[in-house]
Amino acid sequence: MAEQAGLRQEAAGIEPVSEARGLSQGQIVRKRFLGHSGAIVGLAVFAIIFVMAFTSVGYAGIPGWWKYTHEAVSPLVNDGAPTASLWPLAWGEHPFGQDRIGRDLFAMTMRGAQQSITIMVVIGLIAGLIGVVVGALSGYFRGWMEAVLMRLTDVIIIVPALLLAAVMAQLAGRRDEGSWFAAFASSNGVLALGIFLGLISWVGLARLMRGEFLSLREREFVDAARISGASNARIIFKHILPNAVGVLIVNVTLTMSAAILTETALSYLGVGVKSPDTSLGLLISQNQEAFATRPWLFWFPGLFIVLICLSINFIGDGLRDAFDPRQKKFNAKKASDSGATVPEATPVAALDSRADDGRTSGGDRGA
Amino acid sequence: MVTYIVRRLVTAALILLGASFLVYLLTAASGDPLAEFRPSSAPNKQQLMDSRSALLDLDTPAPVRYFKWLGGAAQCLVPFAGSCNLGKNIAGQPITDALGHALIQTLTLVTGATILAILVGITLGIITALRQYSTLDYGVTFMAFLFFSLPIFWVAVLLKEFGAIGFNNFLRNPEIPLPVSLGIGVVLGAVAVVVAGGDMRRRVVTGGIVFAVVAAVLVYFSVTQWFKTPGLGPVVIAIAGVGIAFAVTLLTAGLRNRKALQSALIAAGVGVLLYFFIQPLLNQATFLMIVLLAIAAVLVGLVIGYFMGGYDRGQSMRAAAITSFLVGFLMLLDRFLQAWPAYFNNSRVRGRPIATIGAGTPNIEGDFWILGLDSFTHLVLPTTALVLISLAGYTRFTRASMLEIMNMDYIRTARAKGLSERAVVMRHAFRNALIPVATIVAFDIGGLIGGAVITETVFSVRGMGFLFLDGILHVDPNPVMGVFLCVAITAMAFNLIADLAYSALDPRVRVKA
Repeated sequence: MAEQAGLRQEAAGIEPVSEARGLSQGQIVRKRFLGHSGAIVGLAVFAIIFVMAFTSVGYAGIPGWWKYTHEAVSPLVNDGAPTASLWPLAWGEHPFGQDRIGRDLFAMTMRGAQQSITIMVVIGLIAGLIGVVVGALSGYFRGWMEAVLMRLTDVIIIVPALLLAAVMAQLAGRRDEGSWFAAFASSNGVLALGIFLGLISWVGLARLMRGEFLSLREREFVDAARISGASNARIIFKHILPNAVGVLIVNVTLTMSAAILTETALSYLGVGVKSPDTSLGLLISQNQEAFATRPWLFWFPGLFIVLICLSINFIGDGLRDAFDPRQKKFNAKKASDSGATVPEATPVAALDSRADDGRTSGGDRGA
Repeated sequence: MVTYIVRRLVTAALILLGASFLVYLLTAASGDPLAEFRPSSAPNKQQLMDSRSALLDLDTPAPVRYFKWLGGAAQCLVPFAGSCNLGKNIAGQPITDALGHALIQTLTLVTGATILAILVGITLGIITALRQYSTLDYGVTFMAFLFFSLPIFWVAVLLKEFGAIGFNNFLRNPEIPLPVSLGIGVVLGAVAVVVAGGDMRRRVVTGGIVFAVVAAVLVYFSVTQWFKTPGLGPVVIAIAGVGIAFAVTLLTAGLRNRKALQSALIAAGVGVLLYFFIQPLLNQATFLMIVLLAIAAVLVGLVIGYFMGGYDRGQSMRAAAITSFLVGFLMLLDRFLQAWPAYFNNSRVRGRPIATIGAGTPNIEGDFWILGLDSFTHLVLPTTALVLISLAGYTRFTRASMLEIMNMDYIRTARAKGLSERAVVMRHAFRNALIPVATIVAFDIGGLIGGAVITETVFSVRGMGFLFLDGILHVDPNPVMGVFLCVAITAMAFNLIADLAYSALDPRVRVKA
């Protein structure tokens, strides 16, 4: 019954059942993702920001194409107001303007975007890795391993991120003491912050992965693999993990978009990235008092936070739609056309598609 | 069931012990509490450092200090002993007192915001699910993503600039130029075109009506200087009351149920009549009186519905009770607006009512209405910020849940047996869609106590989040531990409640004994 319903909906609601043409799962996912316009726009916006942020002011010692750096002070042009204009399209000397002492806001914003993206990626990688390991071990082996790991998760989930960030910031500030961590943190403050936040943001992911493993380990293909003599490691990596990868990728993306907001919030509160380095949250926190006189100092960093976060969220949404096997890409317009286009051989589908339409419009009436 | 709860509680206690140990050590390790004295050149530097060390007991290693603290905290478990000892903060104030003040501040800040966010979020989620893939759906989805991506401190600063400073400047001379009135009308009309259902003609007509009404009202406001002396008056309450009666009946009973419609209309009428008699009483209002009046309003509604009866007495009673409650709310709003000029010209407010910081004007004096308006003007901005941020989650979640329900077989059955669309949506789909939402809401309420650290910082509300951040910045473990305890205990309790509620609401889910 359920299978019939599924088949029918696939026939009625578009996505002309590409599975039937023998596409691999990767191809299906890619096709669906590329068909999701929001995700594509998000991807494009993110790519542009990424390239701009990392090439303009340079990264890790490599110089960029922009003439200023986030620390360089230059004389105020036009009293620091932005010189970029849309018509005629021109960048000018300081496209996003300058702050009170003459630092170039474009360079600072780009540097801040670099920091945010770096932290986001570090958190995504670390949280993803720990989350998968903990979730897989506790979901696959169950027993005492699950009990211990899940209680550990419970403990970590209620320790506030703000506190950990404060500890980290404090450690990074102790330049005089010669512990290797302090030395590392003071020279790579952003990386250390990302690692710390990554070490606590895996918990949600671990719970989700555990749930996935719990349900997948009871499936027939796992039994078949076990009977044919596969080792635990092989079952986990070759049989279960590929089936759970959709949930994993989608939630890593969402963790990453949340991570950007966390980083900016912590920097805003003064326990994240610290001056003289800069970040988007720190820029806003430094400049919020100047809103009346120099509003651009406030608009541009905020705009970049929103753009990065929004594009990541749209990418995550597209990935979720692409990976969800129950997803029927139902397009009302196409569905109403399908009554005419579905071949004679499948009258049932055509009939049902009309029934589907009736339901949708019925919903409209109800509202 | 009992076994399950007991086991959960024991686990929670153990987790709490472990986590609190970790938090104490982390706080103690997060900095140097004597840092502010080290660079000082005051002659009594050593003395200051010694007294601070003695206050925080710095000579004892942190793990030992934790167990001392735990000993004090354990006394809180003894009921009615009143010997709860969570230590003192760096200024010498007992943490239990500080927590009490902070809790009140935080709850006033977040309660309204959460209720609003939940109500609006669920409504939007249901509507967008019913209109899947419409312009409205796409618009709301985009807005949800946008709000989801907004850093709250950025929104808060924008709100302060435009919502407070801009609006206060506007209030100084509340005249809306004609083009602006027409512009707002056009925007709201366009929104109405998108929101309204049905064919294009109906939607355009709706949009036109909305445009005309909004533009006319704004021009009227501008001409009569309504913003200086705002108020609704009995006429507006009567018109709105009839509208409410129809809307409530439409949702709870359906307009075909004439008895329910009549009960709701009578309730609205009684409300408008009472408007004239209740004004002297309202002049000496207290908070308790307002609560009693609200209960009375609901009771009056129930009685009206009971005597109107009809084939389904319950529906009439429900429609009339909700209507009379809402009409009563309008009357309350009207009375608050009447107090506006007095508040506006208060010597402490000095004509700039919308505040950007704090939770109340210091040293303000006045009756219930003035004080109520004062907290309203202080809460409106942080509440808006919090609602915007948390709205998105509820909308998306409710929409997903509702879509799943609307594709269920029993919904098809309900339609097939000829139920009206209202009955299908409100009775069959809506209630079931709320089950997963209820658990999310329980989680969020559990997290409320923690306060919104950033919102409290931006708006200078001295709540739980402020206490926590202040403790961290001063490397003072006691307030941090106090806040942590409150937050963790409520979070775990509501976690348990969420699980139990889920199994109570959905009989298919059983807790493991």
